[in-house]
Amino acid sequence: MRYSYQRRTCAIARAKMFPKGTKRKFSDSREEPVAGGEDVNQSSLAAVRMLSSYSLQRQSLLDMSLIKLQLCHMLVEPNLCRSVLIANTVRQIQEEMTQDGTWQIMTQALSAANAAAQCSADRLVATEVLCRQTEAAQGEQVPKPFPVVGSEGCPAEEVLEEEEEAAAAEVGMTMSTVSPQAPTSYLPGTFGMDPCWEEEETGEDDDDDDEEEEEDSEECGSGSEGEERERDSLVEDTRTAEQVFGTFEIKNPAPSPDPALEELFSDVDASYYDLDTVLTGMQSVPKMGPYDLLESLSSHGPSPLSSSTSCRSDLNELDHIMEIIVGS
Amino acid sequence: MGEDTESSKVNHSFLRDYVTEADVISTVEFNHTGDLLATGDKGGRVVVFQRETVVGHKPKGELEQVGETGESGEYNVYSTFQSHEPDFDYLKSLEIEEKINKIRWLPQQNAAHFLLSTNDKTIKLWKVSERDKQPEGYNLKDEEGRVKDISTVTSLQVPVLRPTDLMVEVRPRRVFSNGHTYHVNSISVNSDGETYLSADDLRINMWHLGITDRSFNIVDIKPANMEELTEVITAAEFHPHHCHLFVYSSSKGSLRLCDMRASALCDKHTKLFEEPEDPGSRSFFSEIVSSVSDVKFSHNGRYLLTRDYLTAKVWDLHMEKGPVETYQVHDYLRTKLCSLYENDCIFDKFECVWNSSDSVIMTGAYNSFFRMFDRETGRGVTLEAWRETSKPRAVLRTRRIYTGGKRRRGDVGVDSLDFTKKILHMAWHPEENIIAIASTNNLYIFQDRVSPDTQGPDLGSNTI
Repeated sequence: MRYSYQRRTCAIARAKMFPKGTKRKFSDSREEPVAGGEDVNQSSLAAVRMLSSYSLQRQSLLDMSLIKLQLCHMLVEPNLCRSVLIANTVRQIQEEMTQDGTWQIMTQALSAANAAAQCSADRLVATEVLCRQTEAAQGEQVPKPFPVVGSEGCPAEEVLEEEEEAAAAEVGMTMSTVSPQAPTSYLPGTFGMDPCWEEEETGEDDDDDDEEEEEDSEECGSGSEGEERERDSLVEDTRTAEQVFGTFEIKNPAPSPDPALEELFSDVDASYYDLDTVLTGMQSVPKMGPYDLLESLSSHGPSPLSSSTSCRSDLNELDHIMEIIVGS
Repeated sequence: MGEDTESSKVNHSFLRDYVTEADVISTVEFNHTGDLLATGDKGGRVVVFQRETVVGHKPKGELEQVGETGESGEYNVYSTFQSHEPDFDYLKSLEIEEKINKIRWLPQQNAAHFLLSTNDKTIKLWKVSERDKQPEGYNLKDEEGRVKDISTVTSLQVPVLRPTDLMVEVRPRRVFSNGHTYHVNSISVNSDGETYLSADDLRINMWHLGITDRSFNIVDIKPANMEELTEVITAAEFHPHHCHLFVYSSSKGSLRLCDMRASALCDKHTKLFEEPEDPGSRSFFSEIVSSVSDVKFSHNGRYLLTRDYLTAKVWDLHMEKGPVETYQVHDYLRTKLCSLYENDCIFDKFECVWNSSDSVIMTGAYNSFFRMFDRETGRGVTLEAWRETSKPRAVLRTRRIYTGGKRRRGDVGVDSLDFTKKILHMAWHPEENIIAIASTNNLYIFQDRVSPDTQGPDLGSNTI
């Protein structure tokens, strides 16, 4: 069920990136008209930015952890100790987010944003599937959802580069749509995060940050790919996916489309630690490495996210491609 | 991936320093006398080094025994053999790495030497013996071993043993397989000389050295529901003197001392060693950095030495509520935990060792640095294991990490540390001040004389 959880998280990330009416600063060549709703967002942006920096960093840590959990090298059995430690970190963040109420906000924003995000999703699927085929996905990446460098040493404001500004904008937007007042518990340092996010005094930081960014971008190249797949899965038709991947068995309880907190957490617990089955299921067809996420995410059954019928044509195309690969 | 803009900055030195992955040393261990040093690598090979015996004049003209090791004994390659081969788990469709995770020597009982080596799944007992004589003069076989034509045999002769060149033979004597579902991280030979334990992520088994088809499960922390798994076993060791006691460490930073006399299954610990967490310094990485990567009993059996990501701790077996000594190995990394989490360095498992008198502890760090702490003074020193700066018989100079204040020449900045050069594995001679440090594919042996001088013969690559 970690996959289902991940799907939602990345759905949120995606929703944040392509919400209706918000100008995307980091988009490669596409340009969207700026809708009227942006003014409201801008005004609350500055106010919320600082307060949300902690939650932003926390979110980035969460995303990073989820990516790490997914991208285990499937030739050799993954290191159980590492997986357990990362999973415990994820759980810790989840618990904290639940206490803060951020979780509730996220899920609400998700369902709200999803209705608006249908059409852009279609285009995404087609593009990304094709990109994956030609392995040209890297260049066209939308940036990684998590800011990699800033967490290390710079104060919140300086950290925010372009990507992060956009992300912060979305977070700001998300939060402003839900409640006008920002929760005070998001002040950095409340939860002892200071040691991690502390600023370094020297001016060498920028150079080092760049270096780190380089190596991070290499590292996260595959991570971004993972993000891609998750976005794809959002519109994946579960039925057709199961036809293709019928032999797989990712064990999980009956998937629940209800984004209630308890359901979510039970989902998280349910099949993640069933590593044996997971690994068996995943490894049945080693070639399907990049696609196992796809099927596992989709195997969770219908969700409120993938209801768009306009995606069918793209899905047929996807099925076709899948069949080719399975056939090979 | 941004290559266009970065091509001018690409560092090509990595090509010169290219290291075959298989040559990376994964474990180092002295035998009980210190005359033999075994290393295991990622390619499943074991290389055994032997200390040179120097026959020299003892002071005061006393008769020396042949083979007595002199002062300047260097370690030379004694034997090399392939211990484990890559394997495949057909049930799970997963490869089993041949990397040697641990080597432990058995106490010597006769002329031969025995060692246990393990990869992720299988433990093997190897016999290392010398042969310097060979029977010659068989009646039915000729010199090459081919069967003779009987008609050519006209007389009988008695085969005699003739001295030959020294040959070192290594033979697998036992193979302990199918004992572990998860990855074996530790093996430890019991003081009773008959049994040993092997620990994986969730279980610890006890084996008899002579019996390969069964083992006793003495610890099992696998939850009935794997979803509830939050803690794994990271290391285990038998007590050096008490054959019924052993300790194991967990990923949550706790140590459990177990007494096998209490029950057959030692899930319930006899003693639990845990340091209460400092609530002020809690972060999302607190648990990860508290995970114990190595645990070692002191030689006298009274203390435990543990290593977690940032510190090394000494525990008194009689005091469970916290360590008696805590040494900061590389505290300057505390603010870098997020990056280290990102590049997975935070999961590196460093080993730690005691010296022969339990007065000094040693552990590894990054940038080819390793640290020694004098327990009496509490002071630590940083040393470097790097070929460029280690000439034979050169004095090891201490290094410093610059963390603020006045910067001295030779200080290394925190941001220029090379996190790919990590000293994870090391060993200390059981009796003398000789240490073996593994740094990727290189093995460094440093000897301490009565004088403060240290010499360091560089044994170079492990592919001898």
